[in-house]
Formats: sequence, structure tokens, C-alpha cells
Amino acid sequence: MRYLLRRLGHAFLLLIGVSILAFFFATLAPGNYFDEMRLNPQIAPEAVAALRAQYQLDRPLPMRYVAWLNSTIHGEMGFSFAYNSAVAPLLISRARNTLLLTITATLLAWGIALPLGVWSAERLGRLPDRLLSWGTAALLVIPDLTLVLGLLVFAVKTGWFPPGGMVSVDFENLSSIQKVRDLMRHMTLPVVALVLSVLPLLVRHVRAAVADVLGAPFLLAAQGHGIRRRTLLYRYALPAAANPLISLFGFSIGTLLSGSLLIEVVMSWPGLGPLLLESILSRDVYVVIGGVLLSTLFLVGGNFLADMLLYWIDPRIRTESSAP
Amino acid sequence: MPVLEIQNLHVAYSSREGTELQALAGAGFALQQGEILGVLGESGSGKSTLAAALVKLLPPSGRITKGAVLFEGQDLLQANSEELRRVRGARIATIFQEPSLALHPTMRVGKQVHQVLAAHSAAGNGALRELTQETFSMLFSGDADRVAKSYPHQLSGGQRQRVLIAQAIVCHPSVIIADEPTASLDPTTQMEILGVFRTLQRKLALAMIFITHNPALLAGFADRVLVLYGGRVVECGPAEAVLASPQHPYTRALFKSIPANLEQGTNARKMKLPAIPGDASSLPQEGCSFEPRCTERMDTCRERRPALVNFAAAHTVSCFRCEK
Amino acid sequence: MQPLIKVENLCKRYARRSLLGAGEELLALDRVSFTILPGTTLAIVGESGSGKSTLALCLACLEHPTSGGIWFAEKEIANLSENELRKCRPQIQLIFQDPANSLNPRWNALEILLEPLAVQNKSTRAEMKHRASFLLERVGLSPEILKRSANELSGGQRQRLAIARALALEPKLLILDEALSALDCSVQAQIANLLLELQSSLGMTYLFITHDLAMAAHFADEIAVMNRGRIVEHGPAQKVLQQPGNETTRQLLAAIPRMSNATLPVPER
Repeated sequence: MRYLLRRLGHAFLLLIGVSILAFFFATLAPGNYFDEMRLNPQIAPEAVAALRAQYQLDRPLPMRYVAWLNSTIHGEMGFSFAYNSAVAPLLISRARNTLLLTITATLLAWGIALPLGVWSAERLGRLPDRLLSWGTAALLVIPDLTLVLGLLVFAVKTGWFPPGGMVSVDFENLSSIQKVRDLMRHMTLPVVALVLSVLPLLVRHVRAAVADVLGAPFLLAAQGHGIRRRTLLYRYALPAAANPLISLFGFSIGTLLSGSLLIEVVMSWPGLGPLLLESILSRDVYVVIGGVLLSTLFLVGGNFLADMLLYWIDPRIRTESSAP
Repeated sequence: MPVLEIQNLHVAYSSREGTELQALAGAGFALQQGEILGVLGESGSGKSTLAAALVKLLPPSGRITKGAVLFEGQDLLQANSEELRRVRGARIATIFQEPSLALHPTMRVGKQVHQVLAAHSAAGNGALRELTQETFSMLFSGDADRVAKSYPHQLSGGQRQRVLIAQAIVCHPSVIIADEPTASLDPTTQMEILGVFRTLQRKLALAMIFITHNPALLAGFADRVLVLYGGRVVECGPAEAVLASPQHPYTRALFKSIPANLEQGTNARKMKLPAIPGDASSLPQEGCSFEPRCTERMDTCRERRPALVNFAAAHTVSCFRCEK
Repeated sequence: MQPLIKVENLCKRYARRSLLGAGEELLALDRVSFTILPGTTLAIVGESGSGKSTLALCLACLEHPTSGGIWFAEKEIANLSENELRKCRPQIQLIFQDPANSLNPRWNALEILLEPLAVQNKSTRAEMKHRASFLLERVGLSPEILKRSANELSGGQRQRLAIARALALEPKLLILDEALSALDCSVQAQIANLLLELQSSLGMTYLFITHDLAMAAHFADEIAVMNRGRIVEHGPAQKVLQQPGNETTRQLLAAIPRMSNATLPVPER
């Protein structure tokens, strides 16, 4: 219990630290949201100045930070100039869209990587394993952008999938089942792109971890007891290989919000990625800070989850060894 | 009728450079019902290869090139993988070296014994759990429940060894092959485990192959002793005969090189032990394998290989000096 | 004659902390005291958990004792700084049980032997290579082993290499921590003979740690029996074996497998 509290305390301090740094860098970057307006001759400079004062952009930095902190505690996380609303609800609705993509992709990727990695490790060094290694190496080498663009071209050429966006124009008029189908059609390509981008690394790690274990004496001993092959692989080898994979899984959770930025932007998926991009470009400062903080939360949470999982799954970490 | 018969077993390992190393070159013997056969061999004699080859569990670089292993009316070397799986653990159980490595690190030991039962029995979980409990009570008496719930790293060396024994006997096999089961244990624990083996063997009418490099362990324990050198059987006979009056020069030299009676006078201390010169790393291709290190060698020993001949009742030796 | 090693009231405590903060103390050495005269062998016998390996580590200055003193050639070494220790480290060498773990598997024999020589800045590379060949011959290995890597050697050869490496620094005290236990019986005899020969020709002092009383009986001048961190019996080898005064010693004696065994001790459950 003390360990848990200590970790939570660390996480909290980390978030505060990140918020300060993010605030610092974001606000100190030259320019602000209203600079665009100043270039527009139709808007009087006094109006711009008045807007700036209204949004408190004139106040000194620490005071603005405190004001922002206050707003965060009240659940608003500052104000978005571009969308004219509190930051938090904006982030949450966009994050939901992102998570829809990334959670599906993560589950799919792990669901493919585990059996594939185990299969490959069993045949280590032989032709099927080597073919898979070349395949994953090729996928790793291809830049994500190329993959995504390739998929888009495929969509346009075949017309099977919509080339971007999250829902069709007439989404509201569809029945429930049609809505789900529409959403899934739009999700397919982005999910495929995401899976293809993370799959090779996952497969390699699973393969390495399982291959390590397959040579271990306890597996040979279990074979000597006549344990069935499936049991050997999934109840003996995989759990013993779990430790590095759990850390990797924690990292997967950590990048749930940040890993899909490129794909969202290129495929016009209305997630956190495009929002952050446009906010950075237009100096919508509080949205940027909020987005960074949310990503950090997920990263820290993912690591924490991995640690807890490791603690729960590996009895050697959990219990004290008694005898020499 | 012997319960297990090995005929003319040849096993070779191929190294990375492509050369072949002959680990077993025609080993053969018969194991009778209810007897403990002690296999005496040092590194390079092929003893561990023998243990693995009997149930076809050689590493990928090892091949059985010739020979037969007759068990319950069939040649195990010709059996398919499912038939072999059913024999391993249920009819012939193997206890490999190093109890600390032979157990799954993150599975409770009770579960590990349970798995062996589950692999060979169609009975329900309840019946299997009872059988597991019985076996644990047999080996751990009062402590059985606590031990069954423990993980391997929480147990002492002796306790881990008992768990391995539990795994070996739980399916009531006819034959147990134990490869250096006491090598990493303290002397008192060693004696304990030997006692456990003896008790179980008498109770369950097991036949046992006990592989070791220490002849003193076999005294008062084994019924027959077989000596391996260079992948061949060089001597085999009743334990009292082989241990008290060994005939093969290797066996004799081996026994002389062990620090003998502790009750001897001061003059024997700190004097050089009559060690066998050289080592078994490079065996001659022709003639007797022991000839380069033998103090009793003759000219014929370099030219021809001695066959296993009957020296006395049931006591065979492969040495020209013993051929009358 | 002045003792080469004097140990007085050596204590070593280990604090074991579990993940959740609760602490537990383990007393690995409990007021251990003994002396070793130069050119002799003291055998420390005991089961696992008796503290023998901790004693080896403390004497080799790889662990700092919690309290007590260690004198090597009249000089107190238990609490020296690392810089000061560096001067006397070459004189105390440690040989471990498993040569596979104490020899770098990626290096060949030459590199393994050169390492201690280079660390002590002994001389030019050619001179060091010459010394390496000489050391190999001293321990009964042929110089062509220099090219082979550690995992191509047999157990006996590896242990000989470990001894050669230890000899490179011309130590006065060799601590053998179960150095023979992992070897085959006939190889144990060979290595024991080598060690005896080195002792008589170089005047080496040995601290021989083992759980094999039979080998200790053959090898040692004095035997000290340890149990749970304490020395429970200590005396000339002959006396300890023929008139054991302590229950632990008696148990260890009874547990030695003997070739003359007709009956086995009652099996325990």
C-alpha cells in the first residue's frame, strides 16, 4: 500500500512539473492568438488590445499560471480562443474519437502479435521465421506517412473505403445499425494504418521474449512430463516471457493518445491530433497545454499500470524468497 | 522380462562448424522391474545424453543415429510424437538436473504437479486435486498444503527436489530416470533425498535409472551399477560386485581417486590423490577409448576395441585384461 | 610464526527489505574468529546458509563487514578505502564454484589471463603474453588453450584457467569458495593435486570453503565447522573428524556418502 501511494505521489508531482514546463514553453513562444487579427486592417488595434486584456494575456506569467491552475481544478483547464469554449470538454470529445481508433488498433495489434510471435519463436531460425523477420523489417522501414498515403490511394482507387473522415455527411439520418456500419467503414483504414505501424515491433519483441524462454530448462522438464504442446506454449512459455511484454504493454497504453497523430491528420480523423496541430499553429495556448497534459497523464498512467501488472503477475517481485 | 531395454544406442551432436561429435556409441542395457540401476559417468561419458535420448528429448543439434529403446512392447524411437507424449511423464518420468531451473518460476508448485496429472488424465479437476494432495502429503507430510501453494523461489533446494519427485511419481510411472538429482544439494539434504527415493521405490515398485558421477552415492542404494565412458558401457554388474571389486581400469582408477576413509591416519592426508591423468575430451577413434589414460594398457588396446564380456555372473566388462 | 590472516569477531548483517517497506535482518556472520598460518590450509565446512560464502566475500574485501576486524599480514583491511585496498587486493584471490560464471564467456583464455596483469600495469604486452603461457603450463594446460574461449573448455580446464588467472598476481592467500564442488570426481582429484602442489612449491595459504567434509579431510590442516553464521567447532583436521564435539559436525560426518555403506540411514519423510 505504501508503495502504491508513493507512486501516485510521484505521478502527481510529475504532472505538476509537466504542466509548468508546458505552460512556460507554450506561452513564451513568440506570438499569440491575436497576432493574426492585428494584421487585419479592418480590426482596430484597440479592439485587439481589448480582447487581449479580456483574455488576460497581459498579466505576468506566474499569475496566469495560477489562474490556469484554478481553472483546471474547476474542470475547465483554461479557455480556447478558437473554439470559444472551455478547453476540457473540447479535449475530451476529441480524445474520445482518438481512443476509439487507438484502443481498437492496440487490441488488434496485440491480438495478432502474440500468436504470431509465439508461432515464430517456435520455428526460430527456420524458413517461416525468417520470412516473418524480413516482413516485419520491411514494415518497420516503411515510413508511416507512406503507409497511410498508400492506404488512401487504395481507398480512392477501389472505392471500398471512404478516403478519410469519421462519419459520412448524412450520418444523422441513418438508422442505428447503419450508423455503426458507417463508423466502422470509416475506421477501417486508419486502424489498419495504426496496426501496421506498431505490429512489427510488437511481433519482434514477443518473438524474442518467447524464444528466450523456449530454451529454458523448465520447459524441457515440462516436455519430459508429457505436457501438451498448446499448454506448453500458452500456460508455460508465454507467462514466463511476460515480464518484458508487460512493460511494452504499458508503453502501448501510454501512447494511446499520442501515437495516432500523423494518421489522424492525414486521414482527417477528428481526434486529438488535428486539434493539437491546429492549436499549435494558431497559438491557441491553453488547448496546447491541456493536450500535452492529457497525453502525459496517459503515459504516466500506462507506466503505472505496467508496474502494477508486473507486481501482480510475477510472484518473484511480489513475495520475499525465504530460503537460500 | 526387463521393463525397459536399450539396444545399441548411437547419438551424435552436430556442432556449428559442421563436425559431428559422437556422444553415445553403442550403449545398451536392460532395466528390470523394481530395480535401481545406477549409471556412473563423468562429463563427456554421455550420461545426460542417455537420459534425454531415452524419451527422445535431445536438443535440436542431437540425433539418434542407431539403436532401439524397447518399452512396453514398442520401440520408443519409432513412436510418433503423440505416443511419445503419452509415455513421457506417465509411464517414464524424467527428473533433470538443477531443481531450481527445472520448475516454472511463476507457477505455484502445486499447480505444476497438477498440470502433469492433467496432461495424462481425463478425470475431472476435483479428482486430480485430490491425487495432487495425496502426492504432496507423501513427500511433505505436515507441511504439504503450505508448500503446494508456494512458488519455487520460496522453497529450499531440498524442497524443490521433492517437488520434482512429486511431478515424477504423480502418474505412477513404471520407470523413473533421475539425472544427477542430488548434485546441487547439501550433504544432509542429499542423504534425505536418497532416502525418499528408496522409500518410494519400494512402496510404488518403481524401476529407476539413477545417473551420477559420484560412486559413493550408489553404495547401499543401487541394485546394479553400470559404468559409462566415452559413450560406451565399460562395466555393468551387481552393485556390491562393481563397487567392491571393480574390474575395468577406468572404474578402478575412478574409485582410487576419491578421498577415501576419513578415519585414516595423518600420512594419507595432504598426499596427492591418485588421479586419472588427462581428460575425456579427445577420444581415440580406434581401439579402446580409455587407452590413452590407462595404466594397464597393452598393445592390442590401441588396435582393437574390447567387447563387453562376461567376467562373472551378470558382471560384464569391456577390457582385454578381463577376457580369459 | 605470525598468522597470515587473523579474523576477530567478524559480524555481517544484511537488511532485507520487501517491496512494501517491511524490513528483516539476516545475521550472516556472528562473531567469527580464527587465524590462518602461512603455508597452511583452513577448511570452512558447513551447509548452505551457514555463512561460508559471506565469509569468503568479506575476506576477499568484496563486502564490508558490519563489525569486527580482519588482519592480513598484520595490516587491518576490513575498513580500508578502495584506493588503499587496491594495493593489497592482488595478494588475496578468490576462486568461485562455477567457472562458467566467473570467466567471461566471450573472451579467449589469453584475454582472461591478460586482464589482471594489465590492471596491475605489470609490463609490456609481449612480456604479459609470455607470462600468460607460463601460467598455463603451471596449472597443467597447454599453451594452445590461449586461443580458445572459456565456453569451449571442460569444467576442469576452466577451473585450472581460473586458478591461473588468480596466480597471475602472485597472491599469498587463495580463497576457494566451493571451487571443486561443481567438478566430476576424478577431475576434483586432479585439481586438488594441483592445489597441493602449488602450496608446497609456492607456499600458498588456502581458505578452503566446502560442504564436502571428505575432501576437506584430505586437503586441510585445520577444519572449522560453521552453522548459522557461527563457528561451532574448530581444530586440527584429524581431531575434528575423529572426535567431533558438536552436533553439526556429527551430522555432516554422518551425511558423507561412503563406498563402504551397506545400509542407508533411515529415510526421512
